[in-house]
Amino acid sequence: MSAISSDEIKREFIRSKMGLAGIGILLILIGVSIVTVITIPIDTFKEWNNPSNWISYPKTSIPVWVNLFQIKKIPEHMIIDEPIEKFQKLGDVSVASHQFMVYFDYDDFPNDFIYEFSAKYTGSPLLQLSVIRPDGIQLQLLSLSLPNSQTQITHDERIFSTDSSIRKNLFLQKEKFSFDIDGLSSEDILFSSSEKHEILKGNYIFLVNVYGVKTQNEILDSRLIVGGKAFGLMGTDDLRRDLAIGLLWGTPLALFIGLAVAIGSVTMGLLYGVYSGFKGKKTDEVMMRFNDIIYVLPALPFLIILAVTIGNSIFLMVGFLMIFGWVGIAKVSRSMALQIKIKGYVEASKMMGQKNSRIILRHIVPQLLPYALASVAISVPAAITTEAGLSFLGLGDPTFPTWGQILHDASVYGAAPRGLWWWIVPPGIMIAITGLAFVFIGNAFDTIVNPKLRRP
Amino acid sequence: MTLKKYVATRAITMFGVLMVTLLVTILLVGSNMDTILKQGLVFQVRAEITENPAIAKSFSSIAEFEAFVQNQIDQRTKALGLDTPWYSPQRIGFTMYKMLMLDFGRATFLTSDSGSSDVKDILLEKLPRTILLFTTATIIISIIGIFLGAFSGSKSGSKIDRLTSIFAVVSSSFPVWWVGMLMIFLFAFVYPIFPARATPSISSSDPGYIVALLYHMALPLITIVMIGFGSWAYLVRNFIIGIMQEDFITAKKTMGINRKKVVYSHALKNAAPPIITILALSLSGSLGGAIITEAVFDWPGMGRLYFEAITVMDLPVIIGSTFVLTIFFLVSVFIADLLYAFFDPRMRTD
Repeated sequence: MSAISSDEIKREFIRSKMGLAGIGILLILIGVSIVTVITIPIDTFKEWNNPSNWISYPKTSIPVWVNLFQIKKIPEHMIIDEPIEKFQKLGDVSVASHQFMVYFDYDDFPNDFIYEFSAKYTGSPLLQLSVIRPDGIQLQLLSLSLPNSQTQITHDERIFSTDSSIRKNLFLQKEKFSFDIDGLSSEDILFSSSEKHEILKGNYIFLVNVYGVKTQNEILDSRLIVGGKAFGLMGTDDLRRDLAIGLLWGTPLALFIGLAVAIGSVTMGLLYGVYSGFKGKKTDEVMMRFNDIIYVLPALPFLIILAVTIGNSIFLMVGFLMIFGWVGIAKVSRSMALQIKIKGYVEASKMMGQKNSRIILRHIVPQLLPYALASVAISVPAAITTEAGLSFLGLGDPTFPTWGQILHDASVYGAAPRGLWWWIVPPGIMIAITGLAFVFIGNAFDTIVNPKLRRP
Repeated sequence: MTLKKYVATRAITMFGVLMVTLLVTILLVGSNMDTILKQGLVFQVRAEITENPAIAKSFSSIAEFEAFVQNQIDQRTKALGLDTPWYSPQRIGFTMYKMLMLDFGRATFLTSDSGSSDVKDILLEKLPRTILLFTTATIIISIIGIFLGAFSGSKSGSKIDRLTSIFAVVSSSFPVWWVGMLMIFLFAFVYPIFPARATPSISSSDPGYIVALLYHMALPLITIVMIGFGSWAYLVRNFIIGIMQEDFITAKKTMGINRKKVVYSHALKNAAPPIITILALSLSGSLGGAIITEAVFDWPGMGRLYFEAITVMDLPVIIGSTFVLTIFFLVSVFIADLLYAFFDPRMRTD
């Protein structure tokens, strides 16, 4: 172990392409983490396992960018929550109306449509839902009287396209279509051209009118969802969760797990090894035997047993991973400490009567820092993949959307046989990229610190 | 230190480690195990009584009947030694003794393919399959790795060397099980070449079983080899680069000995001790890693057994498999140590 000055390490590191690439990827990942933590409200990721939070998203839909490579455009999932609002009063009758513009330009029928609203009213107002199609035909979908109330109340409701009265209403207007609409679902009829059963592209206007007599009515929240088969940057999973959010939140989580485990176990191993080597004799013997025991414990089975019996919170997991992470580092730092402790300056400070802790921290540990840094970088990928593996087996912390957790869900819901590639591929690539960044940095460091690997 | 003494110390350490592992496992799952065993006992007694209505009829009151049942349960608890707490030294000692005698008791839920619920039978059935898959994979990986590594190490800095290094780094960043999922997706569903589940659907007594098993083994084997050989090659390459800088190699080269011969016989021979040590270690290491890989491919070996046991909390199976995995791990560490001692000339003198 020749001492290399930190300046020299810096200079050599900048010259190493691999190291720079690693630092580059790492900076991007850190950037992504910061943006995620700032822009995506922390509530969304706490609600990861709460199905009602994701109810307006589509099930297992493909990422939208796939449409760029498709001739036949897959219908995108549309959530429109900013309607054009109007209010009219004709004598005693008041009309509150909301208009939704839907530009439909896809080559497949939507899955469904849902209208969600909450209205504030007294009495029993009438809600009418109708659609003006690009070809000018107006279709009445639904007339619904809201539940009667003497006092002013707020009423929430969801109207689904599967509603039987919508279908009944459409059948009453079947003369507008020149083909048989029996057996077709409401969205298939609604978005079909009038001559034959194929998509009618263009602007659709969904009209919602609430009529009240002598009363003041208001639609507070109003939202139209046209259910498609493509959604978001990364698609959604079987539980309608937006995978982009899961993947983004996975980044800070993975960095946290990887770095916490790596820094923790390297620090532990370094101090343990240096102390053991510095003390020597009986202490060294006992400490190294203990090290041997941990070294030969089969890590994965034990991690599994620990996760099952003690608990699987993410912090406990970090602790468990540390238990198995420090051993190898302790061995190497011990042998390095053995070499350093016979050097003149260490002997000298001993003679001067300096405390052991001071000698270790002032004279020995700084010498090992380059090695320690390389070890931190090299330990991170293992920590991340092991955590991902445990999560994949279903032993991870279910409250956090780690990449392993997403893959676990993918495997449980049979994503591979069903061909849901967007559920499987991205989390694995994220794991690999994060691992790669640290491997690059670690290798670059290693070639500098470890003279045997230097090219002649 | 003589070789004999060295072997003896190592063997004693290994045995100590085995005992510690057992103790830790029992301490971790002991209290759960106790509850499960007691519940099993109650269940057993009740089941026997429902099977034999005559017993229930011979009692005049419910209280008397309940007392009889409780008495039965208490008797059996005592007979099995369950009346002392699970952490009492006698019971821990007894459990450890039974383990050492390879008596793991009966599984709570899982059975072997032939229907036996004896943990030993289950383990004996699963173990050969895991060894078959992972030993084959490790051997293929090490052969490809050693030759590729020696080749690129001798041409350090060449295109092939760089490709090998990049491949090694990239491939080792992907979790094997994730690549497994992709491979299943690609080669079992998009292009249906291989079966998706690695468990053959025919029964194990069928004569065609071995063939079916080998066919089902192909996809996991390809995946493991694909992900594994890169880092092996990288490792060997680094050893070879180190050795190629040694004086004796330079001497051999200047003597005009064929370059190929220098690399493959002289340099590789010198790199052998660490390579063999790592081979021995990775053989056992692969068994531990098998848990996730086997779960993905549904390979009917130890790993999947372990995973199933964890899912249903079948504690006797968990303890038994941990024990067997630990033994394997220890034995290979031991062999690696011995090989190292054998190859390292410093250990042989005096």
